[in-house]
Amino acid sequence: MWNYSKKVIDHFLHPHNVGEIENPDGMGEVGSLACGDMLRLTFTLGEDGRIKDAKFKTFGCASAIASSSALTEMMKGKTLEEAEKITNKDIAEFLGGLPDEKMHCSVMGREALEAAIENYRGESNGKPHELEGRVVCKCFGVTEQVIREAIKVNSLTTVEEITHFTKAGGGCTLCHDELKKILEEEQGIAAAKTEGKEITVEAKVLTNIEKLHRVEELLKNRIAPALAQDGGGVELVDVDKDVVYVRLKGACASCPASERTMRQFIEKELQKEVTQSIRVEETV
Amino acid sequence: MKTIYVDNNATTKVAPEVVSAMLPFFNDMWGNPSSMHTFGGQVAKHVEKAREQVAKILGAQRTSEIVFTSCGTESDNAAIRAALATTPEKKHIVTNTVEHPAVLNLCQHLEKHEGIEVTYVPVDAKGRLNLEQFKASLRDDTAIVSMMWANNETGTIFPIDEIAQITHERGIPFHTDAVQAVGKLPIDLKKTPIDFLTLSGHKLHASKGVGALYVRRGTKFLPYIIGGHQESGRRGGTENVPLIVGLGAACELAMKYMQDEQTRVIKLRDKLEAGILERVKRVTVNGDPDNRLPNTTNTSFESIEGEAILLMLNEFGICASSGSACTSGSLEPSHVLLSMGIPHEKAHGSIRWSLSRYNTEEEIDFILEKLPPVIEHLRKLSPVG
Repeated sequence: MWNYSKKVIDHFLHPHNVGEIENPDGMGEVGSLACGDMLRLTFTLGEDGRIKDAKFKTFGCASAIASSSALTEMMKGKTLEEAEKITNKDIAEFLGGLPDEKMHCSVMGREALEAAIENYRGESNGKPHELEGRVVCKCFGVTEQVIREAIKVNSLTTVEEITHFTKAGGGCTLCHDELKKILEEEQGIAAAKTEGKEITVEAKVLTNIEKLHRVEELLKNRIAPALAQDGGGVELVDVDKDVVYVRLKGACASCPASERTMRQFIEKELQKEVTQSIRVEETV
Repeated sequence: MKTIYVDNNATTKVAPEVVSAMLPFFNDMWGNPSSMHTFGGQVAKHVEKAREQVAKILGAQRTSEIVFTSCGTESDNAAIRAALATTPEKKHIVTNTVEHPAVLNLCQHLEKHEGIEVTYVPVDAKGRLNLEQFKASLRDDTAIVSMMWANNETGTIFPIDEIAQITHERGIPFHTDAVQAVGKLPIDLKKTPIDFLTLSGHKLHASKGVGALYVRRGTKFLPYIIGGHQESGRRGGTENVPLIVGLGAACELAMKYMQDEQTRVIKLRDKLEAGILERVKRVTVNGDPDNRLPNTTNTSFESIEGEAILLMLNEFGICASSGSACTSGSLEPSHVLLSMGIPHEKAHGSIRWSLSRYNTEEEIDFILEKLPPVIEHLRKLSPVG
């Protein structure tokens, strides 16, 4: 049983602004039946440029219905510029908080709002909301942009949290490594910002020879000894621009987790020490 | 507000007779059945009486074939691990796609971490096991076959007699998780060659925290919980006397009410199901109507989501459960319904109703009165309603 706040239960049992506005100024539709929640948001603008009316229709659980109801309440009376600033966090806070696993309901609200405003501005047809950018999680159709925004707005620190907030990674889990990478990048940006630094490109562009030497040295002196502790090993095969080809040896070669060991460990080390853009591939 | 409890496949009310049977063992007779003194030792005969009661409901030949455990999950783990441990050269398990997580997640764990191969036999649209594929899946290195007696979500009953015969002929140990069947269906282990059978106390009006594993005499066994000599060396740990006594009492009661389960409970379930189909449009029944538990029906309501239905019913004190993703905390709906080929959207809108002998006709009428407006309300909220 979820620990829903009184306000969530109240907005679920007595939702505000249910329905669909005929000839709306803006309409946004996000989610799908297969994914377990879907929201259609419509609104009209008054002559003063403020949102006059907003209505929703939602397929989903109690918190999805409550988040939709809250969103329509929050939008009304705001200019589009003001409404645009509503984040998923604002929706959750309006409801007195949502359980972690249900935060994706507030993100769906935020996405519908974005889609509806874009639709008003003629940037999209609203239905269905065009996926912007690259899809990272194929199970739930979550784009990189949505993931990055959720990390930023909610200060997320783990892949599990990304799943709670966006659903990304909640199905086959194949995108977990990529989610981790996006998370690390965003955390890097956030850390640099708090230190008052601008993120800059590599201070110095390495020549190919320099790069090769550094990769060779790191693999030999740092990475191989670390893998040896688990009975494994690694051998450098080739370096082509930013792609490093390696061959795994010993325990690594037959270990089903070797692909991940590689991506997470070797690549991370090389990115840290050589250049951010480095990729590691296994050759047989 | 009165509670209308129709979620008995999740857990059941502890029968008042079971509570009475357990109380003396909390109050005065708290001794250790292994003790030499009379104060403790006298308790042992009550544990043995419970063993007889459990053996009887299963139709087991001998009371020594019953091992008390802490729950169904422990019994499942004990059976499957015993087979693997006693035949270490065999590294293959056959189970199916709609098992309870107690078996399914254990098998996945064994695959991932212990080098065991697992074949998951599929089911058809009604949740029925594909027997041909089952036969084809058996191998010389199959250590154990584990197939549930009846499914907890849909109530669909597996052809246990046939599976047991086929497995027996191949000389492979057969385990069945029968937590949903014991007490609801007549079982006679004298007639069916089953090697291991799991049962759980709280599914048949005993307490949570107690279960049993039937181990047919002559079946190779190694304990899962290693410790003292309790349970003839098959399960370490001081016996949970009060709960074991309660489980025995619950088995005896279940035998007494078996007829009730087969007649009155079935009638109530059928009335509920027919009433829903009559009063609500766009509903489908999941499972095998011709061969399922007497107390269970599973219905999918199109265009709406299960958690929302449950929480609205909760406002009327009606307790049921759903296969929707939102109720589980995962993002995927019920693996049972998906395995049957039921589309995601219908699985999200599924509600399981599971009755018990404590339900009354008035309660069914109450559900049938409250449910249709709830469905109608939620469909009005739905963009595809």
